Formats: sequence, structure tokens, C-alpha cells
Amino acid sequence: MRFVFKRSYDDDIKLFKHRQQAGYYVLLLVLMMALPWLVDDFFLGEATNVLILAIAGMGLMLLTGQTGQVSLGHAAFMALGCYLNVILMQRGVPFIISLPLAGIITGIVGAIIAMPILRLHGIYLAIGTLAISVLSEDIIVISKKWTGGVIGLVAEPINIFGLDIDRYGTPILFYFLVLFVTLFVLLIFRNILRAPLGRAFAAIRDSEVSAQALGVNVTKTKITAFALSCGIVGLAGGLLGHFAGAFNHETFNLVLSIQLLLMIVIGGLGSIHGAFFGAVIVGFLPQLIAISRDGISSIFNLGSLPLPGIETASFAFILVIFIMFEPRGIYGVWIKIRTYFELFPFYRKNMFKRQKSYLKTERMK
Amino acid sequence: MSFITLENVTLRFGGLVAVNDVSFHVGEGEVFALVGPNGAGKSTIFNLISRIYNPASGDIRFKDKSILNLRPDQVPFLGIARTFQNIELFEQSTVLQNLLVGRHRHRKSNLLTEMFFAPNVRDEERRHRQVVEEVIDFLELQAYRDKYIAGLPYGVRKVVELARALATEPKVLLLDEPASGLSLEETNDMIFWIEDIKKQMGITVLMVEHDMNLVSSVSDRVLALADGKELAIGTPSQVQSHPAVIEAYLGTGQRISS
Repeated sequence: MRFVFKRSYDDDIKLFKHRQQAGYYVLLLVLMMALPWLVDDFFLGEATNVLILAIAGMGLMLLTGQTGQVSLGHAAFMALGCYLNVILMQRGVPFIISLPLAGIITGIVGAIIAMPILRLHGIYLAIGTLAISVLSEDIIVISKKWTGGVIGLVAEPINIFGLDIDRYGTPILFYFLVLFVTLFVLLIFRNILRAPLGRAFAAIRDSEVSAQALGVNVTKTKITAFALSCGIVGLAGGLLGHFAGAFNHETFNLVLSIQLLLMIVIGGLGSIHGAFFGAVIVGFLPQLIAISRDGISSIFNLGSLPLPGIETASFAFILVIFIMFEPRGIYGVWIKIRTYFELFPFYRKNMFKRQKSYLKTERMK
Repeated sequence: MSFITLENVTLRFGGLVAVNDVSFHVGEGEVFALVGPNGAGKSTIFNLISRIYNPASGDIRFKDKSILNLRPDQVPFLGIARTFQNIELFEQSTVLQNLLVGRHRHRKSNLLTEMFFAPNVRDEERRHRQVVEEVIDFLELQAYRDKYIAGLPYGVRKVVELARALATEPKVLLLDEPASGLSLEETNDMIFWIEDIKKQMGITVLMVEHDMNLVSSVSDRVLALADGKELAIGTPSQVQSHPAVIEAYLGTGQRISS
């Protein structure tokens, strides 16, 4: 097991715990940079999709994992970011301005919606945000003048400083664009977590009463979390629009909202790793099912094997398995495996067993 | 100077009068204890001072300024910190992170500087950590510094709550039953700490406590309450021997005539 000897306060503030850890992440980054030359265009596209999902996952993780407020309406904010970005681009705004602007406006809209809706708690908040998701589809269809109604819009190719970036024409450039945004969001996420605001988020998640007693303005902080979360998800939406090429109200339906939530639960609530693990699962599962279906049908000579609903069923199955056996998600599994090897042979089976918490009778809210 | 003043404060929950016309003041540097049987309104008074409840009548002042127009989250900014009777820690965070939340009232950075972790945020973080480490040293929490609250024993959690309140650098500390559920040894530690908090740090302490050993060894003045009403106020020994207090705890001694 590794003991880090801390010599200054900066040792607790740094982004990486120790040099070796920094090394691992640099290695991962190098691998991600080399990916376009390691896999073919199809898998590069899938990887791009996973990164976009991971950005959206980080957005929702900030709200649900860090601040403890559930949202089933985040597809609506993805849609908002996506439409804003493309509408702005159609009006002649260059992508390099339109995408951040789309994120910022989505954040502001998020803050406005958060003011009434974050008065709700728990299951009621889930229902309230669910309504946003349901409403957004209708709003997109109704505001035909801007959104193209049921026909939808087509994302124009991106041009950054004379460099044409297109999902199909130059998939490598598009991949790097998405990777850059991912790293940017990741850095901001980490910065917030190590700053007072991030701690205020966690404080609200664990005990609103005592957060308040320490001077955290609960309402304002929750709205900030919601706005940040929506802003990040808006960025992901903007990128998803370009990834999909053409999109309409069905691209951002309720299923996407649920998928986002599923992603962070499977990945592991409350950790950044969780957003990425979850994105890999949600992003690659449909491919995995398709590949294994082809494999099975070729082995048993079944011809084409139509299995409608297999995707949804597998998602549901995986979710149930995780909630039953590993509520901390894939990140939890990873922590256990790591601890096993770090402490070998002293790992005990009940090491991560949750202790029953003490009675909280005097909850005032 | 009087730090906290309650003037004819009354609070009703429907028909129940939880606090009935209570007045007292806590002077600077004083350790003031509230005692009384269960349901006497001690914790309710704490919640009134932290602005969780609104009094039906009366006034609550801090340094001669009414705090009734403040929100609960504005109270800590005056320098009033509190602990909770049923520990309210942030379970999924480490001890260090819990204490750092206590620094929230000293936060000067804003969303934008924190997003990019500007140099001033880093400087502030270092200052916060310095204060927190001093508190950790004072309460001997070094061994638990990076442990998650969820895995800590009850006694330690109690100390972490005190530490978190101290990390706010308060002028007044409201301790809600600091010794409940603690062993004899831990209670003795608590006595030393409260004395040090008063003498070394010069913090005014207002506490609710049932353990009369702790109350009589640390407090300057004691207010006894029963059913929301004041029974007696004075030094610990005066209050303990007051007939009304004895009656509230033990009964009158008169036989019920059949």
C-alpha cells in the first residue's frame, strides 16, 4: 500500500495525489490521443459518442452525485444546448463562440427553471424534472420556426480557424474537438470539487441542516449546481448535434434522460470516474449487443436474429444487478479490486460494508 | 458586553408552548449552560438562535442587534457556530473536508475564480487549511484526518462536530449536548476542551447538557428550564439546590392524598 507523506497544504490541494498517479493519467491521455491511429473510423465514432456521453454524465454527476439532487429532465437541456448551438451557427456565429454561448445560455435557463423546481425534494423533484423532459419534446415540435418542428435541423460543418471539422469528413478532428471539450469540463469539475463550492455541494447532499448552520445558502447553492450542470449538459448537447448530423425532437426524448441517470448510477454516484465508466457502458452496450447477436446467429445458423427491446432489457437488467449488489457502481468495484491488491493478503470481505447510520430524529426539513 | 440576549421569547407549536417567555443573556467569555428535563425547550432555544424557528413574540439579539431578520444561513456569518444533538456530519466526506465546510463563512472566491482555480483561490485554500489543521491539532483528530465520517465511531463524530464548529472561528459556540453518548473518559476530554475553548480561544459558549458533572465543572452560569419556562438561573450550585429545580427533576416529596 502506498502512503503519501504530505509536506505542505498544497499536497491536499493538488489535482493528483502523487507523481505516479499523475503518470497514469498522462498515460491514459496519450492513449486517448493515439486512439485515432489505433482503431478504425467506426470505433473512433463510437469513442467520440462515449466522450460526449461522458461530458453529459459529468454534468448530471455534478447535480446528482455531488449535490444530491436527482434530475430526469437533463435531455431537455441537452436539446436546448444542441438547438441553440445550431441556430446560432445558422445565424452566422462561428462554432468557437456558438458552443460556449449555447452552454452559457443553457446554464442560465437551467438556473431560471431551478428556482421553482429545486423547492421540491427527492421523488417529487424527480417527477418535476421528468415533466421538463416531457414538455421539451412538445416545445421543440411547436416552435417550428426555430427548431424545424418534427423535421428537425441539420448541423452545419464546423469551421475553426479555417479548419473544417466534420463528423464523417474528418472524424479524427471531430474526435479531438470532443476530447478537448471533455478535458476542459473535467478540469472545471475537478477545480470546483477542490474549492469551497464543491464542498458546499457535498454538504447539501449529506445534511442540508448543518450546511445551513455553517453559512451555506442552500437555495442559492442548489441553483448554482443546477445551472452548472445544465451548462455542461448543454455543451454535450451541442456536440451531440454535430455528432448526429441531423436531429429532431426524438433525438432528445425521455429515454435519453433516463439513460443519463442510468449511466451515472451504473458508473458510480459521486465520482468523476463513474461518469466515464457509465458512458462506456451506455455507449458501447448497443454495439456489444449487436456484435454478440451477429456472433450467436452465425454460430447457430439462425440467420438474422430479430430481438426487439433487447437493448432496453439489458439496460434494465444491468441496472437492477448494480443496485442490488454494488450500489457504488463500477467505480465501487474498481475501488474494491484496487484495495484488494493494495492490502494483499489482508483484504477483508466486509471492508466496504456500509455501517448503519444513526437515527436522525430531529430533521427539521 | 452581552453577546446573546433573549428577551421574553415565546414559541408555540400549535397549542403547545415550547418556549414560554424566556429571557436571559450570555456575556462575553462566559460558559452558559441550559439544563432541564426532556422536552423543556433547550434545543428549541438553540434552533431559535440559529433562526430555524421564528419566535411568536420576543426578541433575540446578538451584541445588541436583533437577529430576527436574518436567514438561518446568515447567522454563522455573525460568528455563531453550533453543533447538533443528533450528529449532523457530512457522512460521505472525510474529516478534513467536513472541517473545511466550516470555513465556508470565510469564502471570498466566487464561482468563476473557483472554476479556473485562480491563484487567489489557492491562497485562500491554504489559509483555510492552516486554520483547520490547528483545530485538528487542538482536538487531537490527526489519526482521523483523512477518514470518512461513515466509518467513524460515535465518540469521534461528536468531536468532529465540535471541530467543525471551531473551524468557523466563531465568537459564540452553541453546543447541543456535547457529552451525550460519550464515555466517562471522553466526557473528561470534553470538559478540558470546553475550558480551553473558553480560556485560550476566548470563545463564549452556550450549551445544552444533561451531564451535571460537565455542567458544574465548566459553566459559569446555568439556566434551568422545565416545560418551556425558566425555573432558576445562577451558578451551578445555586441552580442545583434551587427548590423549583429539585421539584422538576425529582417531584415535590409530598404524598398524593388518596
